[in-house]
Amino acid sequence: MPLLETQKMTKDFYKLRAVSQLDFQVERGEIVAVIGPNGSGKSTFFNCVTHIYPATAGRVYYQERDITGLPTDKIIRLGVGRTFQLIQLFLEMTVFENMLLSVQEHRGTLLSRLFTKDDSGDVERAHEILEFLYISHLKDELASNLSYGQQKLLDFGMVLMPRPELVLLDEPTSGVEMEMRGRIMDYIRELNKQGQTFVVIEHNMDVVMNLCERIIVLDYGEKIAEGRPEEIQTNQRVIDAYFGVEE
Amino acid sequence: MIRWLFWGIIVAILCVLPRFLGDYTLYVVSLTYVYVTVAIGLNLTLGYANQVSLCHASFFGIGAYTMGLLLAQGWSFWLILPLSGIFAGLFGAVIGFPALKWKDHYLALITIAINIITFFVMMQESWLTGGPTGVSGITRPSIGSLSFTSDINYYYLLLVLFILAILASIWIVNSKWGRAFRAIGLNELAARGHGISSFNYKLLAFAVGAFFAGVGGGLFAPLLRYISPDAFTFFISLEFLIMIVIGGMGRIEGPIIGAIIVVMGPEVLRMAEAAYLIVYSLILILVMLFMRGGLVIVLDRLREAIPARIGSRR
Repeated sequence: MPLLETQKMTKDFYKLRAVSQLDFQVERGEIVAVIGPNGSGKSTFFNCVTHIYPATAGRVYYQERDITGLPTDKIIRLGVGRTFQLIQLFLEMTVFENMLLSVQEHRGTLLSRLFTKDDSGDVERAHEILEFLYISHLKDELASNLSYGQQKLLDFGMVLMPRPELVLLDEPTSGVEMEMRGRIMDYIRELNKQGQTFVVIEHNMDVVMNLCERIIVLDYGEKIAEGRPEEIQTNQRVIDAYFGVEE
Repeated sequence: MIRWLFWGIIVAILCVLPRFLGDYTLYVVSLTYVYVTVAIGLNLTLGYANQVSLCHASFFGIGAYTMGLLLAQGWSFWLILPLSGIFAGLFGAVIGFPALKWKDHYLALITIAINIITFFVMMQESWLTGGPTGVSGITRPSIGSLSFTSDINYYYLLLVLFILAILASIWIVNSKWGRAFRAIGLNELAARGHGISSFNYKLLAFAVGAFFAGVGGGLFAPLLRYISPDAFTFFISLEFLIMIVIGGMGRIEGPIIGAIIVVMGPEVLRMAEAAYLIVYSLILILVMLFMRGGLVIVLDRLREAIPARIGSRR
């Protein structure tokens, strides 16, 4: 059984169909890219999977369990991590607080969280991830004082903190400098070897072609192609979707 | 270290203060301690979790009536005090449900309506609340031979509980609950995206805020020895709101500074006689215009300035 599966997922915003009858599957251990022109429904798809928006129709299964309609926070605690297209941080908190906040709900009960301190393992892991992302020197800075690229890295670091089995990344390398882009890709590969599964929305084709084993292409909310990178590169429907059809 | 020394000096001053105060001034300071306890609760709900509550006087009233009515039944003050908080907290959790669906102005209107409803219940249900005449003859507690009946002794009891309330709020704010409250207040989408249940924490923010208000009410009733619905109107809720806005929302010191200004300000300004309301209002407007973060900013600047001054002398 796939780790994540959507069946006939549809999302309408009034009369606009953003995602149409989308069947999607990710197996454990894959790195899958979701690409498509602007407005093709990629982020909406992530938002429906994690129930930021309720899907108009269709079902979502994670680890063989129907998670359609579950609250977002519950889906996240089941082991799905995600980033958003627009960076979502707690700007008036420090970088380190942001890191710890991203993992605190994954342990213990509501009541125990009043009495327990941060797990020493989490603190150590937060240090390690910040170190890896070259932003450990900023750990006591407010997130609002970080540059866009640094905020992007923090966002990426936060999603990895609870070690989610499935990671949904919405444009993880946009606004990140070239060297760091390479490091992020290496890190994703390393985590993937350790068993984490990734679904990545990305516009940078170098990242998509080098990182992902399988690509799914959306256009106007519909899946128009699916396959290995070399197949997608030569797929005429994909080329038409990106560059338009000659009249 | 300097911070602890500062607070140590403040507590020492508060301990010797009654020696220099007349009866009325002692009452005003005691009342300030009670109001700080309530404002601390509102600060957790609104200042940290960003959930508007304009019915804190209701929670305050529930605590006060719990104390007044159960004392009359012969219950112990020490048992009723936590119950005052718990009853108010449970009511707060129920009120918290609208907070899950509504935000900002809508939530404000809902909570105003709740305050008005509880006020009318206090006024109309005479069999329980005594109606407009309220509950009188409320006694003050004692432990063994130590009685808190006198104003001075009750002042010291309030001082101890006031300090405990501040310490409890520091504990909550620094706990994972406090961090989750702040997270929801700052960015609810991000909070949900990191597994934080806005449902649970909004309910908690209301319940915990109401708990503090209920405990404040439980202390208020024996302070006055008499309670009536007039002390729990929507306008009192507005006063609590003014306290945390003037003092500094989302800051531990905020409600303390705010309660001092709101409770003691009018007393100090009475020398201005008829003009005192105008002067008082002007001060509030000026603070809101020029100190958006509240008067706690003054304290921050002092904190920054004093070490710099000491450093420059060296």
